[in-house]
Amino acid sequence: MAEPLLAIRGISKSFGSVAANVDISFEVAPGEILGLIGPNGAGKSSLFNIIAGSIVPDRGEILFAGRRISGIGAVACARLGIGRTFQVVRSFDSMTVLENVMVGAFLHARRSAAAMRAAGEVIAFCGLAGRQDVPAHRLSPPDKRRLEIARALATRPRLLLLDEMLTGLTPTEAREGMQLVRDLRAQGITIIMVEHVMEVLLPLIDRAIVLDLGRKLLEGRPAEIVRHPDVIRAYLGDRYVA
Amino acid sequence: MAGAARGTLTMRRRREILLGAAILVFLALLPLGVGNVYLRGLIVLTLLYAGLAQAWNILGGYCGQISLGHALYFGIGAYTSTLLLTRLGVSPLFGMFAGGVLSGGAAFLVGLPCFRLSGHYYVIATLVIGMMVALLAANWDFINAAQGITIPFHQESWTDLAFRTAILPFHYVMLAYAALIWLIAWLIEGSRWGFFWRAVKDDVAAARSLGISIYPSKLAAAAISGAATGIGGVLYAHYIGFIDPDSTLDLSLSVLIALPAVVGGIGTLWGPLLGAAVLIPVQQLSVAWLGSAAGGIDLMVYGALIMALALARPEGLVSFFQGRAREEAADHG
Repeated sequence: MAEPLLAIRGISKSFGSVAANVDISFEVAPGEILGLIGPNGAGKSSLFNIIAGSIVPDRGEILFAGRRISGIGAVACARLGIGRTFQVVRSFDSMTVLENVMVGAFLHARRSAAAMRAAGEVIAFCGLAGRQDVPAHRLSPPDKRRLEIARALATRPRLLLLDEMLTGLTPTEAREGMQLVRDLRAQGITIIMVEHVMEVLLPLIDRAIVLDLGRKLLEGRPAEIVRHPDVIRAYLGDRYVA
Repeated sequence: MAGAARGTLTMRRRREILLGAAILVFLALLPLGVGNVYLRGLIVLTLLYAGLAQAWNILGGYCGQISLGHALYFGIGAYTSTLLLTRLGVSPLFGMFAGGVLSGGAAFLVGLPCFRLSGHYYVIATLVIGMMVALLAANWDFINAAQGITIPFHQESWTDLAFRTAILPFHYVMLAYAALIWLIAWLIEGSRWGFFWRAVKDDVAAARSLGISIYPSKLAAAAISGAATGIGGVLYAHYIGFIDPDSTLDLSLSVLIALPAVVGGIGTLWGPLLGAAVLIPVQQLSVAWLGSAAGGIDLMVYGALIMALALARPEGLVSFFQGRAREEAADHG
């Protein structure tokens, strides 16, 4: 593997007596699409939020482009080039689509004309060009997810974290969403996707990390993952292991 | 498509500044059409509150930090300039500057501990701090305690903001004040800070994920809002010529500063002006007509009106004008 963009080393996190993550380690190469999968309660969201900087791990460290980022907080992570979306969509509802994305663009732009230009480009890229002046709260659920991606993209991230962006979409919407993810990668952005529905993710990702009960169960290519007995056991139970 | 849509935000802002200029011209000419001294006084007060409510709106509306302690900044402005003039002979033109800096600094200091609190706790903290300072001021002999300070009149002078009949000159002073604060709000709306503050108001976690530091954003909004309120306090003191803790630091003043913005449309450019234009005349007239009839009836009428407005238009009076434009924008989208 080339010099990794992200290195997770021995991350552990407990909430009270519940161990959400136990000694998790893996690396993400630049330009990769990595899937973080596992059944409910596997510790995906906790790990996702640790990488995004909004949760401080109890132990272990995370290096982003060679810099230690564990514990520096969500704001600093965003400024270093980690963008994210949220499992439950969080749009700025008093603003239009354009204004939402401009907030992200203002991370680098000082003047509003520059932010507006950058936001306009990102909005077109994400397929929201016709909806720029629509108030964010009026968007349909799939468009809201696009808005979140556009907003994160406007901060010009090197690493984009997508939290269950395909969940709850119709098959057509999910296909469009997957195309957008491929387009993002073509821009040179490294992507980590969290999903608990495995089927939608497998055709899209280069590699997957499977979590179960807070531990890393497995790491590998999609084709290896689906056949692995541990994965089948974690998702379906012992009876289905051939 | 993108070009046309990009134009809409720019065009909206241009429309606002043009409308603002038109309203400014109209208000500048208003005394020509209004001869009645009582009505003129009413307009001066309305303009003052339009500026104060807009100042409050910068923190409460755009940044979403509801303060019920803004009388504190008003009072600091009023006392600073009054003391500078009466004790040291310093012109209010400088007092305005000093009052703005001190009240902005006070808002910053109040924010330091209070912005660690979230939501309702911040509201209560500002309310308590405001009441505490009012009580302290009423017992502090250096500033004449509860007796208050009268600004003596020597001669007509713009540099001392002293006039034999103050109403007409102060029409233009307050108009300039309201216009200045409106312009600041307009500039903030289009600026990096303004976008950050609105993001902080709408969703803190999402704002953080875009690299926005929450705490410094709130402090900056508070300092600007506090300074703008303090300048209003300076102007009020020289207009009335007498200040005491009751008229410049009381909790009811904090409410009166916030109310026009809330009723008119919180976080909007026109809400505070619209709210002041409706509330201040109604409040003053209900005092004039009903105040002597039986204690409290004026307040009951006033309160009933605010309740009716809140029920009919929860998003503020401004939504009467916005409703249709918004729908159209959405349909074109």
